[in-house]
Amino acid sequence: MSAAETRQGAEGDVSLSVDRVVKSFGDARAVDDVSLKVRRGEFVTLLGPSGCGKTTLLNLIAGFLAPESGEIFIDGAPISGLSPFERNIGVVFQNYALFPHMTVAENVGFGLKMRKVGKAEVERRVQEALEMVRLPQMGDRRPRQLSGGQQQRIALARALVIRPQLILLDEPFSAIDKNLRAEMQVELKTIQRQVGITTIFVTHDQSEALSMSDRIAVMSQGRVQQLSEPIELYRRPANSFVASFIGEINRLACTRRRDADCVLLEHGAVRLRLPAARVPGEGTGDSMLYVRPEALRAVDPGTPEANLCDGTVDAQVYQGTHVDLIVKADNGWLLRVREPGFDALERWPVGARLGVHADLAEACVY
Amino acid sequence: MRLADRLARPVFVAIVALVLAFVTLPSLVVVVVAFGDKSIMMFPPDAWSLRWFERALTYPDFRKGMVNGLYISAWASLLAVAVGTMGAYAIDRFRFRGSALLESLLLSPLVIPHFTLGVGLLILASGLGLSRGYAVVVLCHLILVVPFVMRSVYVSLKNIDPMLERAAASLGARPLTVFLRIHLPLLAPGLAGGWLFAFILSFNEFTATLFVTNNTTQTLPVAMYNYVREYADPTMAALSALLIGITALFLVVANRFLGLDRILSIGSHR
Repeated sequence: MSAAETRQGAEGDVSLSVDRVVKSFGDARAVDDVSLKVRRGEFVTLLGPSGCGKTTLLNLIAGFLAPESGEIFIDGAPISGLSPFERNIGVVFQNYALFPHMTVAENVGFGLKMRKVGKAEVERRVQEALEMVRLPQMGDRRPRQLSGGQQQRIALARALVIRPQLILLDEPFSAIDKNLRAEMQVELKTIQRQVGITTIFVTHDQSEALSMSDRIAVMSQGRVQQLSEPIELYRRPANSFVASFIGEINRLACTRRRDADCVLLEHGAVRLRLPAARVPGEGTGDSMLYVRPEALRAVDPGTPEANLCDGTVDAQVYQGTHVDLIVKADNGWLLRVREPGFDALERWPVGARLGVHADLAEACVY
Repeated sequence: MRLADRLARPVFVAIVALVLAFVTLPSLVVVVVAFGDKSIMMFPPDAWSLRWFERALTYPDFRKGMVNGLYISAWASLLAVAVGTMGAYAIDRFRFRGSALLESLLLSPLVIPHFTLGVGLLILASGLGLSRGYAVVVLCHLILVVPFVMRSVYVSLKNIDPMLERAAASLGARPLTVFLRIHLPLLAPGLAGGWLFAFILSFNEFTATLFVTNNTTQTLPVAMYNYVREYADPTMAALSALLIGITALFLVVANRFLGLDRILSIGSHR
């Protein structure tokens, strides 16, 4: 993959290393030969649609499942022989999994008691943890007396108070309502930075992943499709799956052929010329051009600026911060062009002729 | 449609009222009969008295039956809680060869007639040369009430979020600690409910008990049966009234102290 990613993987000391791990359920390979390295203090998100293997991978790291082959290392030591209770990993569950019969303080102190920490020390550290999640007064309450967001914070405090080598979060915000979610994301990120703990975060929510992660591993069919920084993932998706999965993107069918050190893309009357370095793989034939709506602009038709195609406005989609023009190109393509200005509504009415300019530096071909 | 909608509620209320009446009326009749004065059962009584209550409380066989019953039921229900909990835990947590078989085996007394069990145990006990002592009665009751305890515990166990086990493990708790510190406290209401149910069932059991008891081990229902064969006075009604009262009181108190809201709060911990 990219140079940036290789550099990141080697840099700093590795906290978690997953090495060629395989796990199947029946005939289905839930995790299929996955390898990844996570640096100390790094926030890595496993992102993917349901059934992509991200939760299975998390359970393998936590020790709730055992891999068929491969090995997982924490701080260099192999851990597949250890039961969950012998690993030093904090886990935050989707439904929080707070112990309903214990008070908040007992919940947070549970892991310390298991570690035979002295009573005074437990009390001190529990209070410290509650202050960290900004719920210092809640120690005597029962979990069910707290709101969802508060329970989430207690679950985080309970996982962090044992000073684990690694913390795993399994879709921790999916049960929290949308307004609170953004707030919790910022808070989690702040606490994570303060504590400096290595974090593996599982989610299917790509905006959550993009906003919080140092790096994102996009998973599909049990494999890591791409492991990159968010900006790299968005602008340079490694394959068609990642391109389609992250954000909105135009998929434009075309045929391609090699022409000297360029690649020619053709569809109908449209011919595009891209540097060969930008197009992975050899060969000719049917391809897809991927370009984001915000990399396209509506311009006057027939001008040199209209470097992608000409077409007609088929529909307008007003979205508050921007207007999406649905464009039917003369060669049959259907495109979504994102116009930031509100005057686009008047300037490009339905049925108007227009040219489409593409920032081809932002385009990919697979 | 509208008319049907409007009728639906009163019709529903009427049906529920009828069902309740059908269920409770016999008990009410018995209670009323118990206060009669004549030495035959009569409804409604033409004169009132408390003397049958006095007889019910002083009749030696009833006293002995009461003590026997409490003794046998205490043992049977306690053992049933232990066995039922282990069974429910095994069926719920471990999938093993024959777990389905174990489940149906432990639940089978629900479908086997008590009479069959009583006769079977009687034949078995005499075949083994066992006297008809308390142990056989306790064993008989244990077999009969275990399914109910297991059901009760099984439901409570199902209500426990499996993630709690994982959470505890990730915090360093070994399996035994998970059971003692997480599962057992959360099961407590289910265990108490199961025990109570087992106790009441055991105390009231008659059909199977008839075969496995003798004069010294007979329980209250058996003593009552023997009484009815000789006398037709309202002592039986008085005793029944007392038992209804005590059982009702027992249930109300139990519900109050380990009652529904604790069981429900386990279900809604999310």
